[in-house]
Amino acid sequence: VKSGRFLTTVVAPLIALVIAFGIAALALLLVGINPITAYQEMLSFGLSTESLIITINNALPLFVSALAVAIGFKMGLFNIGVEGAYLLAALFAAYVGAQFSITPILHVSAILLVAAGVGAFWAWIAGVLKVKRGVHEVISTIMLNYIALALSAYLFLNVFRAETAGLTIATDLIPETGWIPSLNPILALFGIEARAGANLHGFLLIAIVLGVGYHYLVNKSRFGYNLRASGVNPTAAGASGVDPKKMVIRTMLISGALAGLVGIAPLLGFYHQYPQDFPRNFGFNGIAVALLGRNHPVGMAFGALLFGFMQRSSLILDLVDVPKEIVTIIQGIVVLAVVIVYEVIARYVNRRVIAAAAAATDTAPDVPAVAA
Amino acid sequence: MTALVDRYQQAGRRSRIVVIALVAILVMTIAELITGTSDLTSRSTASAALRLAIPILLAGLGGLYSERSGVVNIGLEGMMIAGTWFAAWGAWMFGPWEGVLLGIIGGAIFGLLHALATVTFNVDHIVSGVAINILGLGAMRFLSSIVYTPETGGSVIQSPPIGGISNVDLPFLAGGNLFGWNTPDFFGWLENLDMFFVSDVAGVIRGFTGQINWLTLIGLALVPLTAWLLWRTPWGLRLRSCGEDPWAAESLGVPVLRMKYYGVVISGILSGLAGAFLVLVQAGIYREGMTGGRGFIGLGALIFGNWLPAGVLGGSLVFGFGDSLRFRGPEVVKSFILAVAIGLIAYGIYSFTRSKIRAATIQTIIGAAFLLYYLQVEEVSNQLLAALPYVITLLVLAAASQHLRMPAADGARYAKGEAR
Repeated sequence: VKSGRFLTTVVAPLIALVIAFGIAALALLLVGINPITAYQEMLSFGLSTESLIITINNALPLFVSALAVAIGFKMGLFNIGVEGAYLLAALFAAYVGAQFSITPILHVSAILLVAAGVGAFWAWIAGVLKVKRGVHEVISTIMLNYIALALSAYLFLNVFRAETAGLTIATDLIPETGWIPSLNPILALFGIEARAGANLHGFLLIAIVLGVGYHYLVNKSRFGYNLRASGVNPTAAGASGVDPKKMVIRTMLISGALAGLVGIAPLLGFYHQYPQDFPRNFGFNGIAVALLGRNHPVGMAFGALLFGFMQRSSLILDLVDVPKEIVTIIQGIVVLAVVIVYEVIARYVNRRVIAAAAAATDTAPDVPAVAA
Repeated sequence: MTALVDRYQQAGRRSRIVVIALVAILVMTIAELITGTSDLTSRSTASAALRLAIPILLAGLGGLYSERSGVVNIGLEGMMIAGTWFAAWGAWMFGPWEGVLLGIIGGAIFGLLHALATVTFNVDHIVSGVAINILGLGAMRFLSSIVYTPETGGSVIQSPPIGGISNVDLPFLAGGNLFGWNTPDFFGWLENLDMFFVSDVAGVIRGFTGQINWLTLIGLALVPLTAWLLWRTPWGLRLRSCGEDPWAAESLGVPVLRMKYYGVVISGILSGLAGAFLVLVQAGIYREGMTGGRGFIGLGALIFGNWLPAGVLGGSLVFGFGDSLRFRGPEVVKSFILAVAIGLIAYGIYSFTRSKIRAATIQTIIGAAFLLYYLQVEEVSNQLLAALPYVITLLVLAAASQHLRMPAADGARYAKGEAR
């Protein structure tokens, strides 16, 4: 059983990655590009100090997004609404954060609170619709995504946009007290000097706290036990006194609050305002990362870093005449491959367990059936 | 009045739909009278709504086949994206009808992928759908960067302009050409008679039947065809039985896995056709993001229509109508908002007379909110209008999810020969 767990948690994602890179290599071959040189270029470009810092920066929103999705997964809830929630939350956070200036720690905390609050509210709508009206959360969160997109576009252009618009259309700049400082000075203590432009986001520390918090909440707390019990067997959980409706609402609130924090790393670490082209797709890619990391915080961290690395290292591809969109293909295939491989391995492990049990009963001495 | 209400309560489902449609038109006419616009129920609005409804209809029908066979399909959007790209490429390389064919093939490939994951490998349907959507977008952008970027007018996000599919006048009804014979233009003749009301109605019908696109016709024809195929043939019964209870179907000798493959691949074909429609009828070009969530709206139409072909048509017409408002100027939108307010408040009063106090309160409050918005706002923002189909879907779900019935085993994991 121990080796079965190793197979599913470590080997399955690895096989999926091999498959994804293999299929992408075939696609490149078909259009007359040597995949090995393409991958080599990615690797050599992606492993520079600057690239590694940006890889981590890219990974931060993906990791938080994956946490938001994963906590829902743990009880069989599928929150597709991270995408809309984080865009709306980042917009509100940017607007509110630009209205005042107080002590740095308080200012940043206030912005985080606004973002988490907006995200939690947005997910709460889906939770209430599920509990009170029986609307499946997948459908409601899909619809809420588009509503959030429309609403944030409307609010951005008509309400929150800065009056003194220069060349870029954006909200007002957040005062410096609301920025999350870069970690580069700490890197310098270890003798790592990065070129200007590559600032390791201070949000990294918050993300680590969130990851550890997720682990304790899911695996060590009473709430987490109820959460997992509801996911494995809702009927049994209900019979043992877990209120399924409360669990849905609470889980959606936590998931939404996490989703609200997805956009914080780029917002407070890089843009310091909400521009019209605020980065998209962290929500959907977060689902991919959660699947890749099998809802385990360490696994998801690796998954997020991998996606962040691909995103960064693909930038070199355009310079060597390789379409960088190949990375999106790899990401799409990885999602599909990892769940398929997991399914296949689980079947294999299952069969082996059954075979082992059968072998054990065959050799066991005769026991009266009633006693067993 | 109460007698009328009682008659309505006793009426069958079909007559109820007619009543609801008539009441909706009546409410919109009243709103038009108040605001002094007339574009809300005009012929051009109706035909624009029809044109915008077709891709939603096709995606929704695609979802219908898939979900009736028991496979939840939120990958419709990705399949539609594949349809747009391949349709544009086919039309650019060969011709418009080859474009349609290639669009269908493109959608079918992604449908096959979804079937492989969900049916053969038993992957969670939602997960696979999400992957299909990510993959569809990425793969098409990859193809664009290889195929379209080097061409003049093309780039990584769009194809060179391409020719569309021609329109046609229907024979007999609108004087269309039948095997080289110019048939009489019946409704055109009626319209020119200048008879009160008759000529107006004839004009609207002439608008629907004249200069109609071939693909629109095909899309509309698919509704009765689907209803017949799924509800009047043994094949359809088998397919639906897989969506209701695959284990029972298996015990009766239905090849469940094969039927599910049929359902999902057909949904890919229809989504691909929807993409082809967008490229060849509406845009004349492939542009990244041109599907704009219509696959998901199709899913909304499917739910709105209670997993029935005629319902999907109704849902897509509603969403197509909402979509068409965006192109019709601010006054029209305002009168539509007023119509919604009147409709909701009237519905609230109706609920009150049936002593459903809570429902009445909620409906009146939402109606009053719309009324307030109508009175306050100068011009309805296009960005907010874009959210309309999704808001409608959510409201319908919130109001009626108890009355909706999806296929019983929709989304269930099923493996051949295993217990449920």
